[in-house]
Amino acid sequence: MTDAGFVIAAYGVILGGLGLYTVVLWRRLRAAQPSDEGR
Amino acid sequence: MKTRILGFAALAAVVVATVVGLLVVPADLNQGDAQRIMYPHVASAWLAYLSFGVTALFGILWLWKRDLRYDAVALAGAEIGVMFTAFAIWGGMMWGRPVWGVFWQWEDPRLTTTALLLALYVGYLLLRRLTDDPERRATRAAIVGVVAAVDIPIVHFSVEWWRGLHQTATIASPERALDPAAPMVFVGTLLGMLGAFTVAWLYLMIRRYQLARAELAREEEARLGRLRAVQVAGLSSSSQETAR
Repeated sequence: MTDAGFVIAAYGVILGGLGLYTVVLWRRLRAAQPSDEGR
Repeated sequence: MKTRILGFAALAAVVVATVVGLLVVPADLNQGDAQRIMYPHVASAWLAYLSFGVTALFGILWLWKRDLRYDAVALAGAEIGVMFTAFAIWGGMMWGRPVWGVFWQWEDPRLTTTALLLALYVGYLLLRRLTDDPERRATRAAIVGVVAAVDIPIVHFSVEWWRGLHQTATIASPERALDPAAPMVFVGTLLGMLGAFTVAWLYLMIRRYQLARAELAREEEARLGRLRAVQVAGLSSSSQETAR
């Protein structure tokens, strides 16, 4: 794999993971807290 | 609403920092493009320290004040810290292969103590699942969170105390704070990425704290429901006995 491949793999997993965690957190929060208070 | 604005600010900051790190800053003369991985790698490692530091601090506050809100903050720190530790390890592996020639080396103290840090806080999260009693859970978790935090300075200073593959601190050691080992353009980009990740961290901490509070309220509701059901069952059986 080239240097660019490692860079893409690193940024892809880190930023993708950050985004995925945020989305999962939203969904869990919505499921646990039906009202929109405090959002 | 303020938290939502913080979320948009975090998104914008991470996008800008990523564009700068990938496309604006020049590649390193020796490491080439692989050096760009340092920006999210180092930022993730620092935020992992911060997260676990928060977990330890709020664990102590729970033990002292017995307020479950402190335990909710400690939980948020542990979960988000585990995520950032995994990012730091992944980024380090992706950088290590082209620069060191290996993804991982168990003989390296920084790598091994970081893997231990990840294992300790995964254990912290698993431990929390062992009991439904919120107070018992918070106490056990607080003790583990405080003991596990001993590994944070060990991870940080491992590169100074022992020899290994991992380089020593570039800007974090006091004697290098004003004279970093890397060019200022790289240090500035790193600090920019750290700032962006910190805003994202703050947003996630708030959301995870809100989730922990909501889950606790649901647990409490379910417990009261069970208690009421037991009371009703007890009343109906005693009235049946009276009728006989």
